[in-house]
Amino acid sequence: MTIWIAIAVTAVGCYAAKLLGLLVPAGALERPLVRRMAALVPVALLAALTAQQTFADGTALELDAKAAGLAVAAVALLLRAPFLLVVGVAVVVTAAVRAITG
Amino acid sequence: MAQQTAPADICDGKPDSAVVRDALGVGIAVGLSGFAFGVTSAGSGLTLLQTCALSLLVFTGASQFALVGALAAGGNPFTAAAGAFFLGVRNAFYGLRLSQLLALPRAVRPFAAHWVIDESAAVALAQPTRRAVRIGFTVTGLSLYVLWNLTTLLGAVGAEALGDTDAWGLDAAGPAVFLALLAPMLKTVTERAVAGLAVVLGLGLLPVLPAGVPVLVAALAAPAVLWAEGRRRAPAGGTPAADDVQGENR
Repeated sequence: MTIWIAIAVTAVGCYAAKLLGLLVPAGALERPLVRRMAALVPVALLAALTAQQTFADGTALELDAKAAGLAVAAVALLLRAPFLLVVGVAVVVTAAVRAITG
Repeated sequence: MAQQTAPADICDGKPDSAVVRDALGVGIAVGLSGFAFGVTSAGSGLTLLQTCALSLLVFTGASQFALVGALAAGGNPFTAAAGAFFLGVRNAFYGLRLSQLLALPRAVRPFAAHWVIDESAAVALAQPTRRAVRIGFTVTGLSLYVLWNLTTLLGAVGAEALGDTDAWGLDAAGPAVFLALLAPMLKTVTERAVAGLAVVLGLGLLPVLPAGVPVLVAALAAPAVLWAEGRRRAPAGGTPAADDVQGENR
């Protein structure tokens, strides 16, 4: 049940954000500070989420095969690999390292 | 608010087929990654119905990954939803840019809104004419929506067949998606500073705060870095930007 609540709140919130952008008169959100924040908040969230989901299990920090997978994904990104390939190598390398070490 | 002055909507535009090709390229490539979401969501303990409901109703990838990640980590539903919501707020700014370019009738906007996401905005905003913007937005939105939901379903069904998804390395898909979305945003020192501070906060607070909360605190890296930057630049003053655009007039 709690999962359905989370889904409902997220769905309503995310849809409201999308619709707001289309309905609000142009200029209302165009102040430079607001625009800067809008660009930077996703940077902060994505960076924190990447780090947590790579180096944490629940609320404990850990170093496992995912770190190797993400390191290779980072290299793929530096080489301008397409989106799917980046995700693909992360999965394959993580599985390989786990198979070898575990 | 009639906009009759919009110049040259017709002639030197891009051929429709070229716009459709760009749009389909993005829609298909990213749409396929719904498979990773389906697998991750099922691996996080969500049911098939819950997983599909997320892709159908939320339809903004980063928020979906964030939500299932937070739920899997044991976060309460509201902190989990808050993190997903804050990630989704950026779509409001895409909508703002798009609404001027698409110039949709008010009655259509509630339907178009659901497709306002990173990819449709990226394709649409890159087009030279209103016609091309509309085609780009619609084709990207439609192809991505259909594929993302189909592949979510396949991923969730596949995950159940696979059994232990961690053994297949599929728990690396979520963070890899975040990293791939983040990488192109890290253009200047400011963005890198925000990302670095957010990582420190996100990991450092993880053992001491309830699940889901450290991510929200990490979001404060954005105002913190902006504030620090403002203080550093304050003495320099600066001239008002006179070239700041008022409209699209030429």
